[in-house]
This record gives sequence, C-alpha cells and structure tokens, in this order.
Amino acid sequence: MESLSHAFKERSVHALKDETLQVALHRAKDGFAVKRAKAVEGLPEFDALRDRAVAIKNHTLEHLDHYLERYADAVERSGGTVHWASSAEDARRIVVDICRAADAKMITKGKSMVGEEVGVNGALEEAGFEVVETDLGEYIIQLAHEPPSHIIVPAVHKTRGQIADLFHENHAKYGLTRKLSEVPEMVNEARQVLRSKYLAADVGITGANFLIAETGTSVIVTNEGNGDLTCSLPRVHIVTAGIEKVVPTAEDASTLLRLLARSATGQDMTTYTTFSTGPKREGDPDGPEEYHVVLIDNGRSTMLADQFREMLRCIRCGACMNHCPVYGAIGGHAYGWVYPGPMGSVLTPLSVGLKEAGNLPNACTLNGHCAEVCPVRIPLPDLLRTLRHREYQLKLGLKPLRWGLAAWVWFTAHPRIYRIGTRVQARMLALLAGRKGRFTRMPLAGGWFKGGRDLPAPQGETFMAVWKRRQKDSAR
Amino acid sequence: MQWCDERMSEPSPRVPADGPGDRPRVGLFVTCLADIYRPNVGLAAVALLEKAGCVVEVPASQTCCGQPSYNNGDLAGAARTARQTIAAFEDCDYVVVPSGSCAGMLMDYPKLFEDQPRWRERAEAMAAKTHELISFLTDIRGLDAVTTRFSRRVTYHDSCHGLRALGIKEQPRRLLASVEGLELVEMADAEICCGFGGTFCVKYPEISGRMVADKASDISATGARVVLGGDLGCLLNIAGRLGREGNGISVYHVAEVLAGMADVPGLGDPTDSGGRAR
Repeated sequence: MESLSHAFKERSVHALKDETLQVALHRAKDGFAVKRAKAVEGLPEFDALRDRAVAIKNHTLEHLDHYLERYADAVERSGGTVHWASSAEDARRIVVDICRAADAKMITKGKSMVGEEVGVNGALEEAGFEVVETDLGEYIIQLAHEPPSHIIVPAVHKTRGQIADLFHENHAKYGLTRKLSEVPEMVNEARQVLRSKYLAADVGITGANFLIAETGTSVIVTNEGNGDLTCSLPRVHIVTAGIEKVVPTAEDASTLLRLLARSATGQDMTTYTTFSTGPKREGDPDGPEEYHVVLIDNGRSTMLADQFREMLRCIRCGACMNHCPVYGAIGGHAYGWVYPGPMGSVLTPLSVGLKEAGNLPNACTLNGHCAEVCPVRIPLPDLLRTLRHREYQLKLGLKPLRWGLAAWVWFTAHPRIYRIGTRVQARMLALLAGRKGRFTRMPLAGGWFKGGRDLPAPQGETFMAVWKRRQKDSAR
Repeated sequence: MQWCDERMSEPSPRVPADGPGDRPRVGLFVTCLADIYRPNVGLAAVALLEKAGCVVEVPASQTCCGQPSYNNGDLAGAARTARQTIAAFEDCDYVVVPSGSCAGMLMDYPKLFEDQPRWRERAEAMAAKTHELISFLTDIRGLDAVTTRFSRRVTYHDSCHGLRALGIKEQPRRLLASVEGLELVEMADAEICCGFGGTFCVKYPEISGRMVADKASDISATGARVVLGGDLGCLLNIAGRLGREGNGISVYHVAEVLAGMADVPGLGDPTDSGGRAR
C-alpha cells in the first residue's frame, strides 16, 4: 500500500474537523478498553500468561530460521506448498501467479493485514480478478474504496448511516433495493450477498494469526465465520502471513490465543478459531484442492537484526490503538499507511522510511498506556523514542526544534547563566500577564495557543531566587 | 515572599521518627517548570519534606532534567544535561522531585551512559535514590496523613509518567483523604493523558488541544471547583484549557494543598499582585 504518512499533520487536522468521524470515534472510544479491562479482571493469570507469551515469542524470534524451516517442512508434508516472499512485490507476484495458475475468476478474502501491507487486492484487481472481502468491516471499506482504519475493526470510522448508504448504493445490482437502518438487517443483507460469492469463489485468501511449526497449521480467529468459508469452500486456499507469525507448538498458539481476543475485543475467545493444515485429504468431506502459504518478510528480518526486534512479538490485537488517546482523537486514516496507532507508528517508519513517516513516532505523548496493555509487553514508547533518536541523528526533524534544543542544553549546562535567564523570564512573563494571570496569545508561542488554550503566567520569582533569599534571611 | 512559613499548618504528629540524628539529607530537584512558573510548589515540597523529618537541600547548580532532549531524540544533549544534574545531587541521601515525569527521567539516566561506565555508575546511584515527592512522603517516610485544611471539592488528574512508570495512584489520594474539609470526586478517564506530552503539545497543537478539551470536560462534569495533580506540565496544559473556557475551575499542584499553601491564586488565575515582586 502506498504511504500517505508524510501528510500526517494535515490528515490529523482534517480528521479532527470531520464531524462524522468524530461521532464514530467517540462512540468506539471506551468500548474496547472497558471490555478488555473486564476480560483481564476475569483472568487472574493474565499477567503470568503475558510473561509466557513474551518468552514464547522471544524464543521463537531467537531461532526464527529453525522454526520457519520446521513449519515449511510440515506444510509440505501435509501436501501444501510454501512460497517465500522477501518483498511486497514478491508477495503480490506470487499470489497473482497462483490465482492465474488456478484459472481463477472470483477470489474471496478473509481479513489479512499483511495482505493490506503488501497490496494484494490492488494487484489481483489489476490482473483482472474479482476480489471480495468477506469480513464485514473489510467488506464495508472495500465498497467505500478506503483502507482499514483499525487493524481489527477496519470500518470503526464509519457510522451506521454511512454503511446503510454504501449498501444501498452497492446492493441494488443484486436486487436488494430497500434502504436499511437497523444493524441486524444490514448484517443479514451483507451475508446474503457474500454467500453467493463464497460459493462462486475459485480461490480463498486468508491471513494467519499464528503458524504452528510442529504441524504446519495456520490459525485464524474471526467472529463471523467468514474465515472458515473462505478457506474451505474454494478450490484453492492461499495463506498470506508475515514470517513472525510462526510459533513452535499448538500449545504455544493456545497460550497466545488466550491473550489475543481478551486484549483485542475483550472476548475470552473469538467466536471462531479456525485451524487449517494442508489441502483436502482423501476421505475429507470438504476442503481446498490446493493449499499455499506465502511467507512474507518485507523488512521483518531487518527488524529482527536491529533494535526493533521486540516489535516482531506483536500479535496484532489492536489494544495499543484502543488505548491510545492520539488514535482516539484522530482515528486510523490520519496515520497514512496500513498500521495505525502506536504499533503502526513503530512499523510504518521502519517500512516506508523515517523521511516519509517521521511524524508518526513524534505524534505521541509517551503516556505509556499502550505498553501497559500490550499482551506481549512491547515497550512501544521506548521504540518510538528510539525512532526519534534515529530521526535526530539523520537530521530529519524540524530545524528550529534542533536549534532550540541545542540552546536549551547549553543553558542547562551553565547554571549561573540559566539562573539569570530563568529569573528574567519568570519576571517578564508575570509582569506582561499582569493581574489577569495568564496569556491568551504570545508571539513565537503560537503552537501552544493553537491548541485552544491559554498559558498560565509564572508567579513572578523563580523558586531558586526565593530559596536563596530565604537561606540568607535565616542565616542572619 | 509572603506565601510561606507563617501560613504553614502544624506538622502531622504521625511522622515516623527513626531516632535522633536520622534525618536524611534530601536534595530537592525543583524542576524547571516549578522553578520558573510555580515557586510555590517548590516551597510546598520543602515544607512537606521538612515535616516528614528531612533536612532539605537545594543544590544551586541544578537546572532541567533533560526530557526535552531525551524525548526529541537528542541523547547526547540529554546526557550533557544529566551530567549537570548528577553532579549537583551526588552528596544527598535522596533526590526528591515534585513531578513524576522528571523523577522518571532521572531514573532513566543510566540509559544515557551505556558506553561510559563511570558515568553510568554515577547515573545508577542517582536513579536508585530518586523519588517523586508524594510517593517519597508516603512510601519512604511513612507519612499517611497531613493536618491541613482545604474546604473545597476537588478532582485529581493522574499524570501518566507518575502513574505508569512509578505506580503513583493511591498515595496522593491517601494523603488528600486526611485534608480537613476536602472532598475528592473522581473524574471519568482520570488515567487518560491530558495531551501535554512535552514538546508534543506545540508540535501537534490540534491533537493536543482536542485531548485537553476532553480532559476539561471530564473535569467539569465532576462539579469539582479545583483540579489537583502531581506534574506541572500537565497542570499548565489543563489550567490553560480551563482558563480559556472561563469556567472558574482552579488548578493546583497537590503538594500546595497538602502543605496548606494553596491560598494563593491557582495556576493562571487572576492575581492581585500582577506579577510584581513582594
């Protein structure tokens, strides 16, 4: 997917002014956070599970080559085919080639963030295939020709009214012309449309929440059952997955599954957890004839080798964005690429470059809420700060900020001059503010006031001056 | 200076006495914001520490904790500032900071000297003896009550660094519960960031502005007339928004209330003196 992250500032301001978006965001605001808190409260061993999950992920990443090979062997043993894609381009080409070889026309898709990352849909449509997203949220944004704005609820930015309009516009061709207003009616109508697509599809593409090395199994979690239909009805099933999705055993996957839904939606388990291993065997009542796995690197092995390895523990639950006040204010589209919120602010610059996405790691108050809720304890604020350091070293940030910081550091290292400067500043500001006690505007400090706030004035003397005088007085 | 000693309330009788001569030497790192904007916070901190049986020192060569550099990626700059702070406080038994954010920064100093073993050692010693003010009073000095009076309905904003990095949540509430006449009403989303975030608030003012507007409406909804918190950065942001809204809610650092020194105008409130020295 093409990045629009360079325009983060403009896009975020636009998002703040978008009243419909704000309604949608406001409604979603507390839902997931409250549900997660309840789910965690109901599982006393949640923190112990997190520790185990971290250990599983760290161990796997430490030996990633070994587990990937084990996984690939197991897939081949079960009759499937493994394809290695080092770049997004590779991944697109591989998927298109498989679909061509299968002589496919219609392709159904389960929700796959790595699919969005490498731009599978665009490549398939360009190659002349009809692609239908089957996750309801993905289906909605596909109709709207928009990217997802959240990694687990891709259409969270849409209001019910907007969705009703989209269905009204797009479903007439199926003879469904009634304008709907209730959620169950809309879900039913989408189901009705999608059912015919499932049956007609030649290829089904899903992502993977986990890949189990010992068995060659891919695991997906859904709440709509669309994943099952996508991977079992078509002739060909393609799994697209990042290389970091592999875990050693089914037991390990089970540990991570216990964390995933609780962290994501506050459910104990998702409604469906689907395990698929290889194509249909002799005697199986159903299943695909061909089973392909596309293992995608696309920058992950670079992350594995540098300071950002911990990011590869991410299980894509979305808890960080559900608890991020910046995400809550502007939604996911402002971030400009596939992954929004805190995890996206780490991943995006690593994928599309700091020059393109330098705003993302900076657009964070380092409040730490994301790290607090992360099921695999990724120190997101620290990683964001590391990216800021990298940006600083590459001299990519704002020049005036660099100069300002350099001047401030010089002052902090010269206490006598610092004392004089702060005394003058405190006194001047207090005098200028007068009895009002605050400023409503000030030259050179426009940023502060742009936030719709006044600036309280200092009391007038610095503490250090008061303290010095007090020491003198008491000595007398 | 008239907003200090004579208005202090009586010390709490429940300060632990570990025995004569056991008065730790506490270095007060006042923070640049309290130094410049709110000396009353520094004086309140001194008063509270003295009542908790500490000998308070204020090293004259202290400046800033280095967060502006640290959080903007200038680690070398942050290290330069950190060396200044480390040297200034080396002789103290403890370093106490009336800010969770700046205290957290001091505790992070070892990260700045990974390749400099000698400085790293000094930074580790600094980090080990650094505490945020309120949690120092309760957790280290065993203070669990004050004897001050503040007959107002207040709400409390949990600043993120104090809350998440240092686990400060219950300590200020415990002490506030002992303030005579004070009624604490919790706001919705007290643990959600106010949108200050250091330079974030000027780099992304529109987002920051939305966050603090949400915070202000949660505050207003409590019916409290006063907001308290433990970090001046957040409090300046919140006071700035409440002042713009003009709804007459005052903002104080929690130390000012606990020390009985909140009888000066709140942050950004109108003042009789007009900033003139006294």
